[in-house]
Amino acid sequence: MSTPPGIRLTGSAVIGGAPLFGPIDLDIPAGQWTCLLGVSGAGKTTVLRYLAGLETGATIDATVTLSDRKPLADRIAYMAQSDLLMPWLNVEENVLLGARLRGAVDATARDRARGLIALVGLAGDVAKRPKHLSGGMRQRVALARTLMEDRPVILLDEPFSALDAKTRAEMQELAFGLLSERTVLLVTHDPAEAARLGHKITVLQNGALTATKDPASDPIRAHDDPDVFSCQSELMNLIREDA
Amino acid sequence: MRAFWAVLVSMLLLIFIWQIVIVSTGVQRFILPEPLKVAQSIWKSRALLAEHALITISEVILGLVLGVLLGMITAIQLASSAWASTYLRPVLVFTQAVPVFALAPILTLWFGYGIWSKIAMALLIIYFPVTSAFYDGLMRTPPGYIDLARTMGSGTWRTMVCMKIPAAVPSLMSGIRLAAVYAPIGAIIGEWVGASKGLGYLMLRANGEVKTDLMFAALVVLAAFTVVLHMAIDRAAARITDRYS
Repeated sequence: MSTPPGIRLTGSAVIGGAPLFGPIDLDIPAGQWTCLLGVSGAGKTTVLRYLAGLETGATIDATVTLSDRKPLADRIAYMAQSDLLMPWLNVEENVLLGARLRGAVDATARDRARGLIALVGLAGDVAKRPKHLSGGMRQRVALARTLMEDRPVILLDEPFSALDAKTRAEMQELAFGLLSERTVLLVTHDPAEAARLGHKITVLQNGALTATKDPASDPIRAHDDPDVFSCQSELMNLIREDA
Repeated sequence: MRAFWAVLVSMLLLIFIWQIVIVSTGVQRFILPEPLKVAQSIWKSRALLAEHALITISEVILGLVLGVLLGMITAIQLASSAWASTYLRPVLVFTQAVPVFALAPILTLWFGYGIWSKIAMALLIIYFPVTSAFYDGLMRTPPGYIDLARTMGSGTWRTMVCMKIPAAVPSLMSGIRLAAVYAPIGAIIGEWVGASKGLGYLMLRANGEVKTDLMFAALVVLAAFTVVLHMAIDRAAARITDRYS
């Protein structure tokens, strides 16, 4: 993995003739977790998909600059709310999906995939099909697949939101541990999640960004950390404010 | 196994009703022979029936295999090129307006009285359902899969082979199930239009010679084959669908 870059996105988006957001100036520091919080329809997923080079359905006029001046393409890995596991592939083959799509499956790749599967705690399940796994296990496989890509920038689109509270907390800890040192953008609608995971938390609301005061402690924070509570209520107040 | 018993019971029921109809209406033998007569005829003409059945079975299987292959290739072509799906798909749909049966004499003219005109007939009749089912499947790949492939730096062809095709296998299987129903119809129509072998031909010949029991015997053999074909393909398709979904 190359050194993770910092990312800055400036610009605006229009959807169906109506402004979606902007102009905004989003700063994603290198090697840290940035949480982009917002209610449904705020345009946060649009920001993430634009960075990922995916279809957004919006007309976007924006500039992306990286701290190392290199292009962003080929340096990102993407993880969505849905695990997107291929039902016809087993756990190991799913983790190898990217390698398979690039025609680069070899013994080294297989070894690495198995190592990552063990790292997410599924060593005994390499040969299982997704339909025989629980939602939490499936999201672990998706995490291993994301790690397999070994990219410096990780784009997470609400990857934990469909999980139950306990599994979600476990997944947050696992993902945070395994994705540290990388530049991570986590899009979420959950203030508690942002409060636990963000080095930096930004709220996208009514088309504009509001950066909150950076939490005093470093993530990942315990769910009962007083810092998390105060941050969470600040965020909650912010997203409940009407324009 | 339960399916097998269900088929057996319904067959016995059918034979029973058949016998009741004969006894109660007093219909003449050359119109509707008794089940026992037909059974005797099957046994007596077993060599003849086997010879002709083999021809029909080969026509159906070959037509099925070639039709499915051709349908798959067409669907993949249509799905991988915007040009092809814009300009060729309407042509394909338009050709469906021509009743395939009307083509039988032409196919006989082009491919002769042998098995190839029947294979062509079976192929044509299943080509569209297979192509259309598989093409629909290929165009309905979950958008999230395509997003993932893009961020992973996959090329168009690899996305097709590793993602779109496997994701469309269940749709292809429903096309193949339909094909298994249609293929024997194609082969028999082909034989009626012009043939010197096959169960369809045998039925026509027996009809001309007023050997109604042989005609029914050929029909029973044909029905037995199509039932076995449906069941085999249904089972295989269900297994494959389960494997891919």
